Amino acid sequence: MSDPDLLADYDPKTRAQIEAMVEAERLALARRRSELEDCDCKTGMFPNPGRRGLLFAAGSALAAGMASFLTTARAAERKAPPGSVLRDVPDDPTKVPGTPIAEDGGYGLRSQFETEVRWRFPTATTISSWTMSPLDKSEGIITPSGLHFERHHGGIPTIDSNRHSLFVHGMVERPKKFTMADIKRFPSVSRLHFIECSGNGLTEWRKPTLKTVQGTHGLISTSEWTGVQFATIAREIGLKEGAAWVLAEGADSAVMTRSIPLEKLLTDAILAYGQNGEALRPEQGYPLRLILPGWEGNTHIKWLRRLEVSDKPFMTREETSKYTDLLANGKARQFTFTMETKSVITFPSGEMKLPGPGFYEVTGLAWSGRGRVARVEVSSDGGKSWNLAALQDPVLPICTTRFRFPWFWNGQPAVLQSRATDESGYLQPSLKQLVDIRGLAGPFGSIYHLNAIQSWAVASDGSVTNVHA
Amino acid sequence: MCTLRYLAALAVLLALTHSSAAQQGYPVRLDLGTAATPQDLTQFYSIPPDGRGLPPGKGTYAEGQKVYADTCAVCHGDKLQGIPTPGIGGDKLIGGRGTLATETPVKTIESYWPYATTIFDYVKRSMPVNAPGSLSDDQVYAVVAYILGEANILPKNAALDAKSLPAVAMPNRDGFVPDPRPEIELYR
Repeated sequence: MSDPDLLADYDPKTRAQIEAMVEAERLALARRRSELEDCDCKTGMFPNPGRRGLLFAAGSALAAGMASFLTTARAAERKAPPGSVLRDVPDDPTKVPGTPIAEDGGYGLRSQFETEVRWRFPTATTISSWTMSPLDKSEGIITPSGLHFERHHGGIPTIDSNRHSLFVHGMVERPKKFTMADIKRFPSVSRLHFIECSGNGLTEWRKPTLKTVQGTHGLISTSEWTGVQFATIAREIGLKEGAAWVLAEGADSAVMTRSIPLEKLLTDAILAYGQNGEALRPEQGYPLRLILPGWEGNTHIKWLRRLEVSDKPFMTREETSKYTDLLANGKARQFTFTMETKSVITFPSGEMKLPGPGFYEVTGLAWSGRGRVARVEVSSDGGKSWNLAALQDPVLPICTTRFRFPWFWNGQPAVLQSRATDESGYLQPSLKQLVDIRGLAGPFGSIYHLNAIQSWAVASDGSVTNVHA
Repeated sequence: MCTLRYLAALAVLLALTHSSAAQQGYPVRLDLGTAATPQDLTQFYSIPPDGRGLPPGKGTYAEGQKVYADTCAVCHGDKLQGIPTPGIGGDKLIGGRGTLATETPVKTIESYWPYATTIFDYVKRSMPVNAPGSLSDDQVYAVVAYILGEANILPKNAALDAKSLPAVAMPNRDGFVPDPRPEIELYR
């Protein structure tokens, strides 16, 4: 159970939800720790050095040999992590033939020693829920398709792409039905963009609540998306005078709908069928989803089956009762589409433990729904002083940018923070700045669009925790 | 002969090259897809606040009371109070008026939803969660009349149809403001 003081300010419904989320994270952490006990192949310092640290300290050939023996002996008892199969681990892979080629059936698997998974927010119903992407072990800027965060409102539909069509109608000259084969014949584009759920960080408004960066920031992921620009389709169907909004509708059991300003669709929207070089995953909208670069994830309608051109928004449930931002004065902001500039340090981050003073490469992700990241600064003293981080190429518009910062930890308590500035000049705000403007009607009032600076405290024993600083 | 044949081949090649050069570039329209007929489109609906596209039919509070008890109460509770229990998770539908400007806002259809047309659209498309789209249009009108009656927005003998539904005045109709971001307070 969570600390009762931590949640004292919340109403009972909110408290129950947050308690459930804390518990889900605790279980995920416990599972990871138990995997670590079985395996010393982990690199890095996540989340608990435990036996591995001990063996490294011993540093002898005997210790290493014993570790290898233990690993092999336990392999048979272990369950393969999702996306892998268990194989025998030889003492020396140069002395035995490896696995025959194409034994995976032609679709590759990940190593049995890699255990990162998404975990689900424990909403009361399993068909309307979300999963968090494991940012703590993320490398580079691309999210593997199988680790891309999810948000579903009616479960994941099973759709045969040969039977899926997109209807485009309303205020158009030529209402049309497009099969997936039709859509793939149009000229295409491929672009790297992040998608972030506007609820990312919803537990963190009042108190530092979840422990890991997966829990606090795991509702963002980045893929290369391939598809047809909406503009191409618009010429095909012909927009009528007065057209200003478009309803996008999904083919899931929630029949999800959002109204999108036509201006955005004609700026950079993609009807995507490809993700990271292959077809979309079912949970990402197979066979067709809308990509609205830089806008809240909810608008990127998955399993897209219909676009209805209109002069006004439709005021669907998802743009009135949900995904609106209630302020302290009782008014709610509506159509808050843009995901504003944000960054977070992914290493070191919550629940990791640094083995001792010395050099660490601090790294993390920065992004903006308005364009490119212009710079990222890192502080190790809770924001008193800031230093420029290096931005890893490529730095792309409306895409995550990886930043790196060399840090010599002197062993004293420290508070690590990052703050990003995008090419518009917008500087990532502090939590206090956001709360001063929007109030604290949340987290189930104004729960969305938290893009504040994140703080990780490093204690003198090297342990890293989520704090508000 | 050989030279003639060579020249003929060259002429064909030149012609091909020329014609393909003329076709380079992207057509403005590809004429892909097939015309969507009115019949194709009858399966779809999306009801904006002016009620455009609302189907024929009607339903009363009393009829809605039965629909609610049979179909909705299992998740939303017999008093529309919501059931947050794991495995159920139906939202609270009524109450909460006057709480939006407090530290513990209660967002329900009664306190928060700005348009009655949204209730019709959402219930018809997504409810009940185990059999979405299974209610008849009369049943949807009826259950909306029942919820609005319980919310004291309509009298408990009201009937709703395509004409009366868009005319319902929701308490939080004027509760929404446009997105002001980027917030100017961040540039001080």
